[in-house]
Amino acid sequence: MIDFNLIVEKLPAFLGGTDGAPMMSTSDGLQLTLELLFLSLACGLLLAVPLALMRVSKNRVASSLVWLYTYVFRGTPLLVQLFIIYYGLSQFDWVRDSWAWEYLREAYACAILAFTLNTAAYTTEIIAGQIRNTHYGEIEAAKAMGMSKWLMMRRIVIPSALRRALPAYSNEVVMMMQSTSVAGLVTLADLTGVARRVFSDTYMPFEPFITVACFYLVLTFGFVWLFKLAERRWLAYLAPRKH
Amino acid sequence: MFLQGYLPSILEGTILTLQVAVASLAVSVVLGLIGAMFKMAPSKPLVWLAELYSTLVRGVPDLVWMLLLFFGGQMLINDFCTRMGWQAPEINSFFAGVMTIGFIFGAYMTETFRGAIMAVPKGQMEAGLAYGMSPLRVFLRITFPQMVRFALPSFSNNWLVLVKSTALVSVIGLNDVMYRADTAKSITQEPFTVYAVVGLIFLAITSVSDFALKRLEKRYSLGVRETEL
Repeated sequence: MIDFNLIVEKLPAFLGGTDGAPMMSTSDGLQLTLELLFLSLACGLLLAVPLALMRVSKNRVASSLVWLYTYVFRGTPLLVQLFIIYYGLSQFDWVRDSWAWEYLREAYACAILAFTLNTAAYTTEIIAGQIRNTHYGEIEAAKAMGMSKWLMMRRIVIPSALRRALPAYSNEVVMMMQSTSVAGLVTLADLTGVARRVFSDTYMPFEPFITVACFYLVLTFGFVWLFKLAERRWLAYLAPRKH
Repeated sequence: MFLQGYLPSILEGTILTLQVAVASLAVSVVLGLIGAMFKMAPSKPLVWLAELYSTLVRGVPDLVWMLLLFFGGQMLINDFCTRMGWQAPEINSFFAGVMTIGFIFGAYMTETFRGAIMAVPKGQMEAGLAYGMSPLRVFLRITFPQMVRFALPSFSNNWLVLVKSTALVSVIGLNDVMYRADTAKSITQEPFTVYAVVGLIFLAITSVSDFALKRLEKRYSLGVRETEL
């Protein structure tokens, strides 16, 4: 019933190459999915750390601004955020006249921007939660050693919070990996986009969609496994005691 | 005029989106309860089946499930009907959307309910059975009221994710808020305003749900002492 020849024939397209690559990128298919994922995760994490510090800071204005940002981005669908950036920004002449338009008119850059802002919002709250959870003993010890506030943040609070954020962050990474599938809805040929293309060419739904489903399953298990390893390495001190 | 009079159309789409979300929630709760019971069943095949369901569903993006179930399901039904010599029925996209989202979130609910049921002390259920209550009655009178407290935090989270996932159903041809926004966007030439309005609508839905569910959590946690540091 399932045409395996079609799957084998289309496999290179799913894996990705340079054929259908969007502007600014070098690939499509699986490679594009991973590219979107890693770029937005990296930028998102870089944004999230300072934002988390602002979120827990005593400065009311900074804290509320970050709260508003995470509230809006966590309370609306990623698809809407993506559409606001991809379709919405063209409404403003000043955006279209600016230097950034060269990038913002490309679906690729818009997707990375939307994914980055989205994952940064979730990651900020994860890290902020762990910073608040820091054991008071660690902070008191740092103060007793005469560390300045920033030194304490850099050497004690942030490393410790990032470690403890690992389990929640692994969920966020898997969620984000699955969320990149909406990139196909703004013309990009990521894994899901390729599957949709194959479907509209052949009118065979099972072959392409089951194939991508398997890709995502493998990716999901892969990430879960990698984070297990990372947790064993960096959270060993919190693991239950083995006799 | 604001959005050239397209606002009512978008609001109408919102109602459909809400209907899809609520109906899918009902489907997912039923599937979740069945899944949780299977996972705790004494029979191994049932446990494996439930395990397979929740692993497969949670490992694949919602959008891929929607495309697979919608287009695949349509093809299966068409094939079946031609083979039987029947006229293939037109699949109602509302029904298809609800079933698909319900199927996906049933897997998340399975985990929610399994954890919550396990959090209720076993002696409670045993006492109910000892009183001669039927298993169904034990569930309704003893297990359910007590598990709600444990299930609510994760249930709330699932609902919020579900609402945001319904934004995807326009892909399978539902005339929902995203579909209406697409039409309004092309005609008004104000894409930012249109999608900002849609974003605010979703934000309103999630905010109201969050508020209501927090109240409900308080209600079901009555009589439980809170610890404060």
